[in-house]
Amino acid sequence: MNATARNATPSPGPRRKRRPRWTADLGRFLLIAGFVIFVIAPLYWVFITSIKPSEDYLAVPPVWFPKEPTLTHYNAALFAYRGLNGLINSLVISSAATVLSTLLGTLMAYSLARFNTGGQHLSFWMLSQRFLPPVAIIMPIFLLFRTYHLNDTYVGMIVVYTVFTLPLTVWMLSAYFQQMPASLEEAALVDGCSRWQAFLSIAVPLAAPAIAAAMVFAFIACWTEFFFALILTGRNAFTLPTIFRAFLGFQGAQYGEASALAVVSLLPSVALGMLAQKHLVRGLSLGAVRG
Amino acid sequence: MAQVKITGLKKNYGAYAAVKGIDLAIPDGEFTVLVGPSGCGKSTLLRTIAGLETITEGTIEIGGEIVNDVRPRDRDVAMVFQDYALYPHMSVKRNIGFGLKARKFPAAEIDKQVNQAAALLGIESLLDSLPKQLSGGQRPRVAIGRAIVRNPQLFLFDEPLSNLDAQLRDEMRGEIKRLHQEIATTMIYVTHDQIEAMTLADRIVLMREGLIEQQGSPLDLFERPATHFVAGFLGSPKINFLSGRLRRLPEGDAVALDGDSTTLPLAKSRRTDAIPNDCPVVLGVRPEHTTRASGERPAEGMLRLTVTIELLQPTGSRTYATFRLGGEPVVAELQAHDVSRIGESIPVDVDLRRASLFDAQTGQAI
Repeated sequence: MNATARNATPSPGPRRKRRPRWTADLGRFLLIAGFVIFVIAPLYWVFITSIKPSEDYLAVPPVWFPKEPTLTHYNAALFAYRGLNGLINSLVISSAATVLSTLLGTLMAYSLARFNTGGQHLSFWMLSQRFLPPVAIIMPIFLLFRTYHLNDTYVGMIVVYTVFTLPLTVWMLSAYFQQMPASLEEAALVDGCSRWQAFLSIAVPLAAPAIAAAMVFAFIACWTEFFFALILTGRNAFTLPTIFRAFLGFQGAQYGEASALAVVSLLPSVALGMLAQKHLVRGLSLGAVRG
Repeated sequence: MAQVKITGLKKNYGAYAAVKGIDLAIPDGEFTVLVGPSGCGKSTLLRTIAGLETITEGTIEIGGEIVNDVRPRDRDVAMVFQDYALYPHMSVKRNIGFGLKARKFPAAEIDKQVNQAAALLGIESLLDSLPKQLSGGQRPRVAIGRAIVRNPQLFLFDEPLSNLDAQLRDEMRGEIKRLHQEIATTMIYVTHDQIEAMTLADRIVLMREGLIEQQGSPLDLFERPATHFVAGFLGSPKINFLSGRLRRLPEGDAVALDGDSTTLPLAKSRRTDAIPNDCPVVLGVRPEHTTRASGERPAEGMLRLTVTIELLQPTGSRTYATFRLGGEPVVAELQAHDVSRIGESIPVDVDLRRASLFDAQTGQAI
């Protein structure tokens, strides 16, 4: 009786077999947990290694947390291996190149987007610079720098990194300016602004998320660059990544020092990422944003 | 306030000519509507007046001064854009005051002017909102506020109501008309909507393919279209075009329709000397010029026909009834209860004195 009654009045919702909700939740949880471990585990290992005494590096079974944490590797990495100088050099060069690249890139991108400067080809040429492997242009740059005494100088590295990051900055920002209605700046022009004022008071504030995103990308590209720094710097303008060579010596690898410097080099990127996080998502979703 | 004079204006984009030679004089305080189909050059013309486009040839004078090489900001014009172009990162208050700030007005003065403009448009309560928080009807008000606050000598509107739904459009149309009556500044308004053009304009400038097809008062264009194109563009529902040939008959001129043997006598007062007998012509009959016949005999100049209704479109106050004449469908605007069902045969009177006659080859009115 009951069964017939139920058959006669089917429930309003879709009737299909569904797995209990908790299995789906568990699956999702495991997937995310797996991904988090995949990302976090190496970082954890690097951090732990940086505070381990040397004898614990390759101990079996592995030491998950040292009994006697030590900061000696940090001391050695920063001072004996001149990590602090590298850190300062990297900060100066990367920051200056990022600022220059963003300033120039914003102007270039606006010009490409609004005035179609150089037609279709200039914008593609800008991007094509990223197709070149660095090794293809390192010799001419090296020789040029030698002539103008730019090898192993801040100025030389800032120039190289600015040029190296410009294509990405320009490409990201011109896409953003293109999707921004031109009528906004036209309204400002009619309202009483010059082109410059319209650019600075309307276009730039509206592009702030994209500019922030471009800055983060440019900074991280400079911060992690190795090849140009390896060839073009020496005792003076060497950057953080180039120091890591020194940890692989004849007497074995200096895991502790390498890890300590790795932790130090992570900090600025992470800090910048957290600062710009809000803008990053908006800046990267380009056309999806409507004012 | 200022008069605008445009002489021999041409604008090319590469090989494409968007505006092909416009001469236009707009007197001080007039509401001029530029109307025409998409791509007729009306928006381009407006943008050249604003200074947002350079011109290829000709001159533009605003207030007696040639402004060809004057930057937009120095032309003392204000413009309302199709998408309103409200600055998304500024509050309504800052949006409206932006032009004054750019012109370095003192803050207290800006506040005063912004409040005045907001009061005029009934948007005082929105001053602290951001554009994205505004409703569809509030955005054009803010855009208009931004334009009027500067008290410019010329207002330019670029299809400001085309993004609104029908009800809001009617409402805003009324507000723009009221605004013009209150501030009486010269306004140039671009639209492709002929109802907007008819209701707002002191003068309509109807454009086609980069040239002015006809200009004049709305009723002038409506009742005395200079060309077949103008007649077809203005009026809703559309004018009925009937093709035929001009016949000079002993009792007077008439049009013999191509589709069947129907002959429609033309009013005696119509001058047709310019064209030969048997010349192909098009007769334009507006839907409102056909009425349900009453009385024994038609009035002077009216043609009585008995027609069979093929299609009915009641709108409440009026009913659009379609019948066939000369093989072509003809729409008549009848009273709501003049006709009750499809297939009904009713007598109608067609007012041929008010019909327009065009040369079928040139499209010019005869």
